[in-house]
Amino acid sequence: MSTVLAAAAGEMATGEKVVFWILGPIALIGALGMVLARNAVHSALWLVLTMLSLGVFYVMQAGPFIGMVQIIVYTGAIMMLFLFVLMLVGRDASDSLIETLRGQRVAAVALGLGFAGLVCTGVYRALRDTPPAGLEQANENGNVQGIASLLFTKYVFAFEVTSALLITAAVGAMLLAHVERRKEDKRDQAARMRERFAPGNYPGPKAGPGVYATSDSVATPAMLPDGTSADRSISRILPTRELTSSEKTPKGTER
Amino acid sequence: MTLAQDPTLASFGHDPWWLIIIKIVFAFLFGLVGTLLGVWMERRVVARMAVRPGPNRHGPFGLLQTLADGLKMAFKEDIMPRAADKVVYFLAPTISVVCGFTALSVIPFGPMVSIFGHHTPLQVTDIPVAVLLVLAVSSIAVYGTVLAGWASGSPYPLLGGLRASAQMISYEVAQGLSIVAVFLTASSMSTSQIVAAQAGNDTSWGPVNAPSWYALLLLPSFLIYFVSAVAETGRAPFDLPEGESEIVGGYFTEYASSLKWALFMMAEYVHMLVVSSVATTLFLGGWRAPWPITLWSGANSGWWPLLWFFGKVAVLLFVFVWLRGTLPRLRYDQFMHLGWKVLLPVNLVWILLLAGINVINDWRTRDRLLVIGGVALAALLIAMLWPTRRPEPEVPLQEQVDARPPGSFPVPPIDLQVPPSPRVRREVAERQPATVGGPSAGGQPEEKEG
Repeated sequence: MSTVLAAAAGEMATGEKVVFWILGPIALIGALGMVLARNAVHSALWLVLTMLSLGVFYVMQAGPFIGMVQIIVYTGAIMMLFLFVLMLVGRDASDSLIETLRGQRVAAVALGLGFAGLVCTGVYRALRDTPPAGLEQANENGNVQGIASLLFTKYVFAFEVTSALLITAAVGAMLLAHVERRKEDKRDQAARMRERFAPGNYPGPKAGPGVYATSDSVATPAMLPDGTSADRSISRILPTRELTSSEKTPKGTER
Repeated sequence: MTLAQDPTLASFGHDPWWLIIIKIVFAFLFGLVGTLLGVWMERRVVARMAVRPGPNRHGPFGLLQTLADGLKMAFKEDIMPRAADKVVYFLAPTISVVCGFTALSVIPFGPMVSIFGHHTPLQVTDIPVAVLLVLAVSSIAVYGTVLAGWASGSPYPLLGGLRASAQMISYEVAQGLSIVAVFLTASSMSTSQIVAAQAGNDTSWGPVNAPSWYALLLLPSFLIYFVSAVAETGRAPFDLPEGESEIVGGYFTEYASSLKWALFMMAEYVHMLVVSSVATTLFLGGWRAPWPITLWSGANSGWWPLLWFFGKVAVLLFVFVWLRGTLPRLRYDQFMHLGWKVLLPVNLVWILLLAGINVINDWRTRDRLLVIGGVALAALLIAMLWPTRRPEPEVPLQEQVDARPPGSFPVPPIDLQVPPSPRVRREVAERQPATVGGPSAGGQPEEKEG
């Protein structure tokens, strides 16, 4: 709290400097790791690290509300949805390292570094001598109250329009992914149960595969009372196979 | 109504470094001892509900059982599955438990007290957005669960992790919205200010004085908060990420033993402690004494409030255990239905209603009555004009049975009467009573009717 108040005074406090020089490199490492990680989930985790650092930066710069919202919304909800999708894709989904365009990687690195350099020098030269102003007035009645009064007076229209846009996007995405079923095509629990007990279907559990003295393989079908093999007792993707003579031989149990 | 011992936001940030360390260690010990006692209480209470003794060997009433279990887990072999993602597998339980303890830093345990001559609040720190910090930390804690499921490299934990992420995202929305009503009423997001706002009866709604605890004043919010808190902690009846009977052990299936598993257990109990403490702070008056104790004037000063706070947290923890001992696990679709289609809309309508009440409170009586009447009329019209669902005609059972296609699975007749077992009569007849001093002493054995 004291550091936040000190930051509001305009001069960078010692605490803020310490936090910046600890978290700044961490945020940078997170960003680099996100780009360089081979595994998609690792990438997402590096990005989470960067976002957390950014959230703390906001708090340190006298914007506690936006910092917490950054952590709750971006780290907690959006990245979690990302992870959800990545986990559904499968944990072994890694980037392939084959270049489809020759020299693409070198060009991308050079252009990326150039762009970063341009942006950094531009921002640094533009803001080098600019004193921070207006922070005290903005946070006069408290940070949350200040944001609330701006959002609900000056920017209320922009805010509402943005939310309408987001809602439209969400509804649109749902519409694209939604599969409409007719009412008679929906099978509820009662219908499925009726189907299960309909003639021609055996409602009980399937018999297990055969377990014999000579074999306990899941590919060995169970035997019916008349000596024929029960096809339902083995998985459909497994081929039924006859045991070879070496497999049939009792394994050291005979005298 | 703010008293001298009430901390304000200005009373934080003046502690010397050793006092800060003492406070942090205290919050940490609260989590640690709370876990030890919580596990013990859960096992004892559930045992009592299941009519068995529960742990009773180590220490008085089995109090040291959890300690013994913890020691055992520390010395068990640490297993690393071959398919596991090693770093993430190691990181996941750590994230869970660290996030749990972090949230305890903004919980107000008591009022201003004097520690070695320093006048300081019994709370590690407070910020203007303290409650949001708790939400943020609990949203990070989900990563522990989800990553544990993913990093184990095995299907069941992955399913558990997916369930956990869906569950936490869904119920975080309901939880966040239930706190909005508290923010509206207390007009603050700092935990110590919310406790202070629940101190007095100065909120008046017309002629009636509003009750001071937000659990009574904002009852729907409290109920929604508690339900979503149970879901957030992944406790029964919302323990779908674990789901022993469906997906083995859920996200920590591969954490078979050892300290990592112990960390998950600890994270669960610390999380329970956190949500109970937050519920106490936001809805149950925080460290303030409940009514009959407040008749004693010294109840809310000095170190006594610690006792009231711990008492309230213990009662909430008992409710957690009670729920676990009583309710079966929800089916997944019912669970999502409850979160998105019941808790969320109810919450939104309630917030709208509360905001409306706050707005019209300042109006003239005539306008106020007009608005209330209009809203009541609209609600009445909607209730009256809502189309009723016509119940489907009930087909008699015999007709249903007759309508089945030939060759269906055989069912017993509806008017089946189980014939008496022929064995009953014979057994009674064979068992002659032992007679003393000749057969005349005992009567003929009575024939038992089948």
